[in-house]
Amino acid sequence: MAEMRMRDALHDALREEMLRDERVFLMGEDIGGYGGSYAVTRGLQTEFGPERVRDTPIAESGILGAGIGAALGGLRPMVEIMTINFSFVGIDQIINNASKFSYMSGGQFNVPIVIRMASGGGSQLGATHSHSLEGMYAHFPGLKVVCPSNAADAKGLLKRAFRDENPVIFIEHAALYGTKGEVPDDPDFLIEFGKASVLQEGTDVTVIGYSGSVHQAIRAAKLLEEQEELSAEVIDLRTLRPLDIETVVQSVKKTNRAVIVEDDWRFGGFGAELSAQIMERAFDWLDAPVARVSGKDVPMPYNRNLEFAALPSEEDVVEAVLAML
Amino acid sequence: MKTETLTSAPATSSEPKDEQFERFLYQMLLIRRFEERTGEMYTKGKVRGFLHLYIGEEACAVGSISALRPQDKLITHYRDHGHAIARGIAPQRIMAELFGRVDGTSKGRGGSMHIFDKQANFYGGHAIVGGHMPVAVGLGLAAKMQGQDSVTMCVFGDGGVAEGEFHESLNLSSLWKTPNIWFLENNGYGMGLPLAKSVANEIYRLAEAYRIPSVRVDGMDVVGVHEVTEKALEHCRTGEGPYFIEAMTYRYRGHSMADAELYRQKSEVEEFRKRDPIERLKARMLQEDMITDRDYDELVARVEEEVAQAIQFADASAQPGLDTLYDGIYKENANG
Repeated sequence: MAEMRMRDALHDALREEMLRDERVFLMGEDIGGYGGSYAVTRGLQTEFGPERVRDTPIAESGILGAGIGAALGGLRPMVEIMTINFSFVGIDQIINNASKFSYMSGGQFNVPIVIRMASGGGSQLGATHSHSLEGMYAHFPGLKVVCPSNAADAKGLLKRAFRDENPVIFIEHAALYGTKGEVPDDPDFLIEFGKASVLQEGTDVTVIGYSGSVHQAIRAAKLLEEQEELSAEVIDLRTLRPLDIETVVQSVKKTNRAVIVEDDWRFGGFGAELSAQIMERAFDWLDAPVARVSGKDVPMPYNRNLEFAALPSEEDVVEAVLAML
Repeated sequence: MKTETLTSAPATSSEPKDEQFERFLYQMLLIRRFEERTGEMYTKGKVRGFLHLYIGEEACAVGSISALRPQDKLITHYRDHGHAIARGIAPQRIMAELFGRVDGTSKGRGGSMHIFDKQANFYGGHAIVGGHMPVAVGLGLAAKMQGQDSVTMCVFGDGGVAEGEFHESLNLSSLWKTPNIWFLENNGYGMGLPLAKSVANEIYRLAEAYRIPSVRVDGMDVVGVHEVTEKALEHCRTGEGPYFIEAMTYRYRGHSMADAELYRQKSEVEEFRKRDPIERLKARMLQEDMITDRDYDELVARVEEEVAQAIQFADASAQPGLDTLYDGIYKENANG
């Protein structure tokens, strides 16, 4: 175990996977000489050379498609899309090619590609640079969607992503890159997909988050305990597809209440899906409707106060819990 | 006259010219008859969805794909039956796919626009215009990074040239010197839009702007297409990077079965029919005593029979079981 920032855990995962499997290579905008927009790939081009850590032009569709082709051609590419916002420019490749090659070919082909992207708001980057699209990507069958909330999970899940035969959308909340945590040193440290993590056990309410929103959930649980003497169970989904609905349902059957926290827009967001599944599977155990604490239904404003108001906070979560009691 | 393996074996440079020409003729006839009968099957409701026929463009597929070797890779657009046949995929399996049956190339999950065959290094059948072009760059890149002697040919239409992916792909392949043959089937129309309204320059010159060697060839001349593709293959094999071929061709039928063809005159179609690739090769072979009229009639009869068998095969093939609906969305991982 070593304490490290999430960015370094991701770096180590990439490095270890490149050492383990010579088919693994990295492509992306400014991932080489510049070291990556969020410094995840820093130093890797020096170690592995410009072929295996390939700087690309700003051409998201081109590089995503090239990654898909390289995966079909026998390699294990990782394509870094600098931020998830830019994935819109290349999304046809992800949706129409990566996610469907296997099914449309009757299972003849598969696309083992890892697509990493930085996500989330909170940095006053305005409406075009603050998206949370985890739920949108989870919408598509054929993709796997991974969204870690801490350094250890980031490493274990990213290493696991390179062992998958299918396209993995790996989403990193930009505000979490500098957060620290204990990370195992074991080069075979892997975290399975579809296994949510119960971060804190509780009895009064289940608070569910993923990626950045896990931290609002944890802070809210602390406030609930300190101020209201309520015991919250906190669940980190870790992967949205596959989704570990069983862990969520088991928890809700115990606490009888569920609050979902997400940065994404409420309307048609992942919380709506999760809420529906909880009601389908645990309706008789619910003492209140499932609550959602989501991003406000607005393009992200630049102004600091307005942006703060548009994002879910721990106070919003506490309020939602108190409203359902 | 040789009769076996005419539809499957790629050309070799040592092959006698008359045999090679006869194979070209047979494949073009086979594609044309396959497409004509497929059109009938569409009218009968056996084939559904969007159907884009390749009639008129046969020399492009046959001439270019015959220059490829088994280890070369092929990826193409949605007007893909001709390419699949020229690549040696059994017509009956293609027809079964069009019928949506279990013996189809994708077990009925793909349809007309999405023919795939891993064994034939046939990477689809792609129906988002221009969307397969970056994938071709990646296939080329993978071969190059792994030191494989394999060239990836990407076939696309003039309708794809105004797409960003065309430009991104040409730029990347030139920057990275990937072994890619860019094979443009310029049939003059993107659906109903004439080329002059969609591309601001002659297309082969766009490739030159990306420093890719580029030639324009008569796409109604199967021999010429074959020769230029052989040259392109050699260029790509020797690490010189990509090569661009613009084949000038024409489709006799509408864009799809739903096309009322309001955008062109019948006389224009008739003009192009005078340059028909099959008639042209047949005339040359007759003139050079490579074939007799009787040989030709025999070829036509064989093709008729092969397509009829393909239809019978497809019709007899089972519908996919509803319990297989979810099969193939993901590939299973060895370790869970």
